[in-house]
Amino acid sequence: MKAKVAFIGNPNVGKTELFNRLTGQHQHVGNWPGVTVEKKVGRCVCYGNELEIVDLPGTYSLTAYSIDELIARNFIIEEKPDVVVDIIDSTNLERNLYLTLSLLETDANVVVALNMWDIARNKGMEIDVKKLEELLGVPVVTTVAITGEGVEKLKEAIVKATKGKRRKIEWSYGKDVEEVIRELQEIISKDEKFKDYPSRWLAIKIIEGDEEIIKKIEGSKYKDELLKIASRIKDGETVIAERRYKIIGKIIEEVLKKEEEWSFSDMLDHVFLHPIFGIPIFLALMYAAFQFTFSFSQPFSDMINAFFSWLGEIAKNNISNAMMASFISDAVLAGVGSVLVFVPPIFSLFFALSLLENSGYLARAAVVMDRVMHKIGLHGKSIISMIMGFGCNIPGILAARTIENKRDRIITVMINPLMSCSARLPVYILIAGVIFKNSAIAGAAVFSMYLLGIALAIIMALILRKFLFGGEPPTFIIELPRYMFPKISNAARDMWEKGKWFIIKAGTFIFIVAIIVWFLSSFPWNATHGGVDIENSYAAVLGHAIEPALRPFGWRWQAGVALFFGFLAKEAIVGTFGALAGESASVAVATWFTPLTGFAYMAFVLIYFPCAATLVVMLREIGKKYTLITITYTISLAFIIAGLIELIGYAMGMT
Amino acid sequence: MNMANNIIPLAFMAPGERGQIVEIRGGYGMAKRLYGMGLTPNSVIEVIVSNPAGPILVNVRGSRVAIGKGMAMKIFVRRV
Repeated sequence: MKAKVAFIGNPNVGKTELFNRLTGQHQHVGNWPGVTVEKKVGRCVCYGNELEIVDLPGTYSLTAYSIDELIARNFIIEEKPDVVVDIIDSTNLERNLYLTLSLLETDANVVVALNMWDIARNKGMEIDVKKLEELLGVPVVTTVAITGEGVEKLKEAIVKATKGKRRKIEWSYGKDVEEVIRELQEIISKDEKFKDYPSRWLAIKIIEGDEEIIKKIEGSKYKDELLKIASRIKDGETVIAERRYKIIGKIIEEVLKKEEEWSFSDMLDHVFLHPIFGIPIFLALMYAAFQFTFSFSQPFSDMINAFFSWLGEIAKNNISNAMMASFISDAVLAGVGSVLVFVPPIFSLFFALSLLENSGYLARAAVVMDRVMHKIGLHGKSIISMIMGFGCNIPGILAARTIENKRDRIITVMINPLMSCSARLPVYILIAGVIFKNSAIAGAAVFSMYLLGIALAIIMALILRKFLFGGEPPTFIIELPRYMFPKISNAARDMWEKGKWFIIKAGTFIFIVAIIVWFLSSFPWNATHGGVDIENSYAAVLGHAIEPALRPFGWRWQAGVALFFGFLAKEAIVGTFGALAGESASVAVATWFTPLTGFAYMAFVLIYFPCAATLVVMLREIGKKYTLITITYTISLAFIIAGLIELIGYAMGMT
Repeated sequence: MNMANNIIPLAFMAPGERGQIVEIRGGYGMAKRLYGMGLTPNSVIEVIVSNPAGPILVNVRGSRVAIGKGMAMKIFVRRV
C-alpha cells in the first residue's frame, strides 16, 4: 500500500531532523510549482507500507500570511495527504498547539509527534500524553529526533493512521461564533463549488477574513450572504485567534503538570543580547569561529599538500613518457591536490557554523545585529543569510527566503556575493601565506577580506535601498529557540552534508578545469618544450589578451587566466595557479605578487563576480533584472576597490 | 482610569515588567503574523531583555520572541 504523508510544524521544532530520520537517503529536493520554495520529498518503507513523505515549510499557523504558509495550507487542503504529522516542541505546547488546532479544523488525518521529549523530560516537565490524545482525538507519539528515540513508534502510528480515520473532536469557539459558523456551513453546503473544502474550516476562514478564501468565494452566488453573516463577528481574525488560545489554555491545564524552565536560557540572553556587549560578543564569536577554521585545519592541509607533492615526484621520476608524466603530475595530481588541500578549512568552517546554529546562537545574532542592520536598511534576518554566505553563497541566498518582505529579500540576495564564501578562502590562504612572511599578519590579511566584504555589503545595501527600492526599512520579528549544548555528532553530520559539494566539485568540475588549464599551459607541446616555457602556450595567449585590463594593478597574465577560470568557480583560481606554476603554487605566487599587488588581487577575487552556480540560484530567486545588476556592480566594484587599495598602498610607500 | 499612564507601547516596557496586550495597530498582515506566534490581544507578556534601539525580547505563551523596535511601537500593552 502506498500512502501520502505530510510533515508540518513550527520552525525550530526539529521537523527536518525527524524527516531525515524517517527517509534517510531516499530524498528528492525540488521546488513547489510556480514558487522558489524548496520542496523535499522522501520515501520510507515501514512495515510493508510505502510512505511518500513531503516536508512542508515551517509555519506558525495556516493563515495566508507568507508563501510558506500558503504552500503548507494548500497542500493539506487540496492534495489531501493520507496522514499529516504535526511535529510539536514538547517544551512549548501552548504556542505549538495553535497550529495543531488549525490543522484539526481542516479534517486532516493528524498524528502528533511530541518532539524534543528528552528536553521536556530533563526539565522535569510532566505531560499527560494519554490525556492529550483523548482531548485532541488523534494519536500522540513522543520523539527525540536527534537521537532517533520514538521514531519506530512514530512509523507505527503513521502506518496505523493510514488505515483509519481519526475521531472527530470539535472545540467550541463560544456561542456567538459557533452560531455564525453553523449558519455559514449551511450555505456552504448548498454550493457545489465548495464541496472539496471542509465546511467548518471554510466557515472559520470566512470569519477570519482570510484573503485567499475571500477570493475563492468571490464567484459564488452566495457571496453576499456569506459575508453578511460573517460580519456579525467584528474583527473576526482577532476573536478566532484569541479564543483558539483560550481552548489551548484549557487543554494545557489538563495535560501539563509542570511548566518548563527558561531561566538558564534567559540568563544567557541577558548576556548575549546585552545592549552594549551584544555586538562585541557577536564579533568575538565570529572571530573565534574563523580562527578555529584556520588554525585547526592547518596541519591537515599541510599533510595533504606534502602527500600530493610526494606523489607528483614519484610520477615524474617513474613515468618515461614525458607528456604522460607531465599530465599525471601537473594536471591530475596537482589539480586534485590543490583542491583537496582546502577540504580541511572548508569542513572546519561548516563545522563551526553548524555549532553556532545548533546552539541557538545564530538566531540571537539576528537580534543583536538587527539594530545595525536596520540602520543600513536591512533586516536582522539578513545577517543569517550573510553568515551562511561565508560558507557558501548558495545556502546564504536561500536563507534569505525567511525574510517576508520582497524588497528586503532582494537586497539581501544581491549583497550576498560580497560575503566571502569558503571557495574564496583557498585563494586568500595561498596568497597571504606567501606574500606575508609573518603568519599573524597573513591571518589578519585573510580576516580583513571578510571585513572588507561586510563593509562593501553595507555600502551596497544602502545604495541599493536608496536608488533601487526606496521605502521603509523592514519590520522584525523572530522566535528564539532555547540555547542548547550542540551535539558534536550533529555538527559533524552537518559538516559532511554541506561540505560534500566541495569534494564532489573537486572530483569533477575542478578536476576538468585543472586538465583544461594543463592543456592550455602545456600546448603546443613543442613550443612550450613540454610545459616548461608557458610563455609560448595557449594559456599565455589568453592571459595576454586579458593582461591590458590588469596591467595597471601590476598583475601578471597568469593571474588573469586564473580570474578567467574563476568565473566558473572561485576555487578554480588556486587550481589554475597550481597548473600554471607547474610544481608548487606557492613558489609561483611569490614571484607573481608583491605584498601590495597580492593583497589587491585578494580583494579583487573577493568582489569580482558571483560564481556560476551562485548566478544560477540567484536568477531563480530574484530574476534576470536584479541578477544583471548584481553582475554589473560586482565587476565595477572589484576594479574600484583593487585600484583604491593599490593607490593608498603606493601613497604609503609600499610596493 | 488614566489611559495615557496605563497603556503604553511594548517598546517602552522595561525588563522584568509584565503587561497584557490591549491592541495591535499594525494592519492585517502584521496581526496575522503576531497571532500565530502567540501575541494576541489579552495575552500576557513579560519583557526579558530590552534594548534602547534594538529588538525587545519577550516571553509570550512560554516562547521567546524578539520583536523589532518599529513593531514594538505598534503593540499597545497595559502594565500588570
